[in-house]
Formats: sequence, structure tokens, C-alpha cells
Amino acid sequence: MDIDLMLRVYPFFLEAAWITILLSVLTALLGLTFGALGAAARLSRFTSLRLLGATYVSIFRGTPALIQLFILYFGGPQVGIQLDAFEAGVIGLGINAGAYMTETIRGAIISIDKGQREAARTLGLSQLQAFYKVTLPQAARLMVRPLGVNLNMLIKATALVAAISVVELTYTAQRYIGSTYKPFEMFLLAGVLYMIIIYVTGRGVAWLDRRVRIT
Amino acid sequence: MGLDFTVIPKYLDVVLLGCLWTIAITVAAALVSFFGGILLAVVALYAPAVIRLPFRAFEFVFMGTPLLLQLFLIYFGLVQIGIDLPAFVAGVIGLGLHFAVYNSELIQTAIISVDRGQMEAARTLGLSRTQALRKVVVPQAVRAVIPPIGNNMIALLKDSALVSVIGVSELTLSAQRAIGATYRPFEFYLLAAAFYYVINLAMEWVQRRIERRIAISR
Amino acid sequence: MTESTDFVQIRHAQKSFGTLEVLKDISLNVARGQIVAIIGPSGSGKSTLLRAINDLDALTGGEVWLDGVQVNKQLPHRQYEKHINEMRQQIGMVFQHFNLFPHMTARENVTMAPKMLKGLSAEEADALAKEQLDKVGMLERIDYYPSQLSGGQKQRVAIARALAMNPKLMLFDEATSALDPELVSEVNQVMKKLAEEHMTMIIVTHEMDFAASVCDRVLFMDQGVVVEEGPPEQVFGNPQKARTRAFLRKELDNPE
Repeated sequence: MDIDLMLRVYPFFLEAAWITILLSVLTALLGLTFGALGAAARLSRFTSLRLLGATYVSIFRGTPALIQLFILYFGGPQVGIQLDAFEAGVIGLGINAGAYMTETIRGAIISIDKGQREAARTLGLSQLQAFYKVTLPQAARLMVRPLGVNLNMLIKATALVAAISVVELTYTAQRYIGSTYKPFEMFLLAGVLYMIIIYVTGRGVAWLDRRVRIT
Repeated sequence: MGLDFTVIPKYLDVVLLGCLWTIAITVAAALVSFFGGILLAVVALYAPAVIRLPFRAFEFVFMGTPLLLQLFLIYFGLVQIGIDLPAFVAGVIGLGLHFAVYNSELIQTAIISVDRGQMEAARTLGLSRTQALRKVVVPQAVRAVIPPIGNNMIALLKDSALVSVIGVSELTLSAQRAIGATYRPFEFYLLAAAFYYVINLAMEWVQRRIERRIAISR
Repeated sequence: MTESTDFVQIRHAQKSFGTLEVLKDISLNVARGQIVAIIGPSGSGKSTLLRAINDLDALTGGEVWLDGVQVNKQLPHRQYEKHINEMRQQIGMVFQHFNLFPHMTARENVTMAPKMLKGLSAEEADALAKEQLDKVGMLERIDYYPSQLSGGQKQRVAIARALAMNPKLMLFDEATSALDPELVSEVNQVMKKLAEEHMTMIIVTHEMDFAASVCDRVLFMDQGVVVEEGPPEQVFGNPQKARTRAFLRKELDNPE
């Protein structure tokens, strides 16, 4: 193992790790937004909105994120959408993650016992009040762990933007593999950084889950 | 520049061929991941620590890093140690190992969660531990994991797009070839997406049928 | 080779988990064809005692004998495994929660062990399955999966599964406790039928009526010891010990 080489190039990997973190944070925020909207649509009273939500989930979960990214980044200009690689990465991955989070959020909401809502209604709360005061607070607690799984997948999915040349961790590893012919060392550098990011995120999610858990 | 879908027919056969390769790599990698997953699960649950710990480390690394990075390691790493594998084989190994780790997690949980009474009932009839595992516990665990493993296999289909990056001429790379000739990325990536979507729907349909079949015997 | 009263012998059975003693020096002899009920409050050790007979729960002291052979013999691990598997083939057991194999039909549940362990051919096994399932009144459900059966039906299949090994002794661990009240009698009837055929049985139960009408002897256990034992008329009709009386009064007040 070429330790000297690793010591020489690791600052570039560290820099790239910050890009991966930034990508992950922005993608997660966008994904949560789309996930909340998607879940609202899928649980809506209106058939058209439900259909829209279901179509969104089905298409974006049913095709590769890489292809979605390519359509947005390479195909976008053809339909008047000009984005740089980073923007395309955040938006493409965010919409993709949103489709998965839609199902997570919806799953948590529908798993709350109907009796909870009924109990709130018998106290005189409106449907909306019952949702915000009774159903959602319970569902939110249930969401933490599965959303953590979504987040874990999302962090690993940020590697895809290497394919549209965003200089994040995987792209950096790929470039140095090409110039140094030391794939193992480069994998190790990038891999350790990914594992740190994922480990820390996982601990954060576990901490949050413990804090909000009832019983 | 606008959109022009009339360019598609001329390159349809290229993309269709890519489609077949995508199906081939998905099936091959799915088999590797299924049997690899069982092996990893049995090792994780029953092997002595000397064997178990390196396997745990392997699982930890494979679950903690992106598939794309793993593919680079396998493809270029094997070249570095003098093994020049065709990209297709490297892709099957990479995808297969990646999903084997995820399948292993599912299978382990399933084996553990088969009710203790099942083992007891089998032992009461006089079966040995190994016989009880083989006839009673593992068949139930496999039934329990078929739905989530189906989900993993559908995820595998979509992740197979990544092997285009190491040069496997599957659906995504075929679309890129057509784009190289026509400069029509939107049309051909959309076409590729449509094919992925159809394969995905077909897999979901098969999965539902299998689930219905096994529902009664669980 | 053994006295008929010594068909099943438990000698000074002792079992503890850490410092908790759940069985304290229990001895019990059961003659061939005899039916013994074990009653007592939960936590009294009655299930543990039953499960010690086929070594599902190993005793920490004492011996269990069946028909002149020691069940929990001291042997090196490999040999012991072989020995206990052979012993268990002679001891049928029925569980509270049935523990039917959900991935097998009633027929497969009954035939799996005989095929595997006794080398029965497919035809022999099939005939056996029909015979045993007929005996418990489940012949018409022979190709049903457990998920398609009611609790009482599941338990009858579970009894057939145990009987298919042609056991010398049957153990029932609260076989009707998990059943809806209206399903209890179909299982009780099967057990009565076995009694009429002089099957040796040890039954852990909380159904006093059943114990009184079917069993030759009743043991009342509490806190790991046999408080009182005797024929049902005596234990139920004229209990000698205060603890037995207290337990029976409670049971009769709150029949489950």
C-alpha cells in the first residue's frame, strides 16, 4: 500500500468530502420537501392529486436515478432548462429521493390507528386539527428511523453525480485512480470518508429517534 | 433545440440490444446476490469468530460506501493485481456482492425471527438441529424474505445502470452511443428510462404473483 | 424389564435459572397407560417440568427415565444429540401455540418427521397421514395449510403430527389455553379418545373439569414443589392442603 501517495492526495479527498456533505444536505432538504408534498398528494381527497402523487412515486422509483440525472443535465437544455452540474445533481437527486420519502412519510401517517383520529374528532377537533394535533405528531416520531434509511441511501446516491463531473468524493477517487493506477488506495481514502459521513449521520438519526420515541 | 423523437427508430435496435444486456446482467447479479446473501447470512450467524469478523468488516465497508465507488474498485483493482476481467463480469461481481450484503441482512433477521416454537416442535419430533434448520427454519425464513428480496432485486435493476460507467454495453451505455451519433440526449435517455420502467413493472408484477403464491404457506 | 408403575420416572428433578429455583426436588412415577394432570398457578414450574421430560428444558439435577432408559443421560455432546433425538421420537409433545409448520400442509406436517427419521416411503407416509388425520377428524383438511385452519383444527393436526411418530408417551403443554372457548371441546374430545386407547399422557392444564373427568391422577404444583397429589376425586373433592384449596377456589371463581 502506497502510504506516501495517500498522504499526498488526501487533502483533495477532504475537500471533495465537503462537496459530498453539501450535496447530501441540499438533496435531503429538497427530498423532504418533495416527500411531504408527495405524501400530501397521495393522501389527498382529490383523485387527480392522488393519481399525480402515485405517478410521481412510480416513475421516479421505477427508473434509475442515473438516467433521471442524465435527462435533467444533458437533456435539459433541449427543453430550455440550463443547469450546471451541481445544480442538476441537487435537483435530480432531490426529486428522486423525494419519491422514496413520499412512501416513507405516507406509510408512517397511515400506520397511525384510525381510532386516534376518531377520538380527536369526538372531542370536537376538525379534521385538519385532528391531523396536526394527533396524527402527525405520532407519525413524525415513526418516520425518523425509515427516513434515516432514506438518508443513508441518499448519501450513497450522491456518488452518481460523479457521472456528470461534479467534483465530489467518488469523482475525485475516479480521477486519482486514473492518474495514479492505485485503485485500492483511492478506494480506501474515499471509502473511509463515506463511512465516517454515514456513521455520523446514522448516530444522529438514532439519537433523534431515541429522543422522540414514546415508550 | 427542441425535441425530435423521429430519430429513435433508426437506433432502436441498438437500444433494444442494450435492454437485453441489462436484463442479463440483472439476472446474473441477482443470482450472485441471492446465493451470496444466504452464504453471508449463514456465516454471520453460525461461523466461528475468526471467519465471521472479516466477513463483518466486508459487510460494513460494502454497506457504508456507494456502489459506484465499489465498481471502480473492483474493475480497476482487479486490473491492478493482474486480473483483467471483462467489464460485464466485473459488473456482475460488483452488483452481486453489493446486493448480497443487503440480502444477507434480510436473511439473518428472517432466520432469527422464525418463532422459537418451530425449532422446538421439530426437535420434539426427534429432528437434529441441522435437520430442523434445513426442513423447518430456513424454508420459513426464505418465504419471509422473498418480498423484501424482491425489492432489492428491483433496486438492483435500477443500479445496473451504473455499470455503464465501467463500459458494459447495457441499456444506459447503448443510449449514450445513440446520443453520441445524434446529439439527442433527452430523447434517448427518456427512451432508456421507459425501458427500465417497463422491466421494473414486469418485475413488480412477478413479485406480487410470487407473494400471493406463498402467502398461504406462511 | 420395568415395573409397570415405573414406565415414566422423574427422580429428584431440580432446575434453577441462576439463583431462581423453579423445580425443587420433584419425583414422579407414571405407569403405562396412566394419565396424569399437572395443575398449578403460572410460574409454579409445571411447564418446566413437562419440558424437562423430553429435555427441551434441561434439568440442573435429577433424572428422567422412560421405559427403562434414561432420557437425560450424561453423554458426550455428539452422542447425547443422537440419543436425545431417538428418545424424542418416542415422546410426543403438543404445545400451547400449536407450533405447526406454516410452510407445510397438514399432510406434510404429519409425514415430515416419519419420512425423514423412520425412512417411510411416500406411500407409507401418505397412508399414515390419512390414518392419523382421520383419527383427529381432520382428514378432509389434509391438504390445507395451517393458515387456513382454526385454532382447534390446528391443534388437532398438531396432535396427529405427534401421534404419527407412534410415541410411547404424550406430553400436552396447555394444549387448549390458546383456543377460543368454543374450540376447546373438539381438542378435548381427541384427548379423551387417546385416553380410551390407554395412551400414557402427562397433561399440563388449567381446565379442572377436564382433569377431573379424564385423568387418573392430579398433581398440584406451586413454587417448584408438588404440594399435593392423588386421584382427582381427592385433590378436587377433598384437598388436604391450604394452598391447594386457595388455588382451586380462585380457579373456580374465575374460570378462564
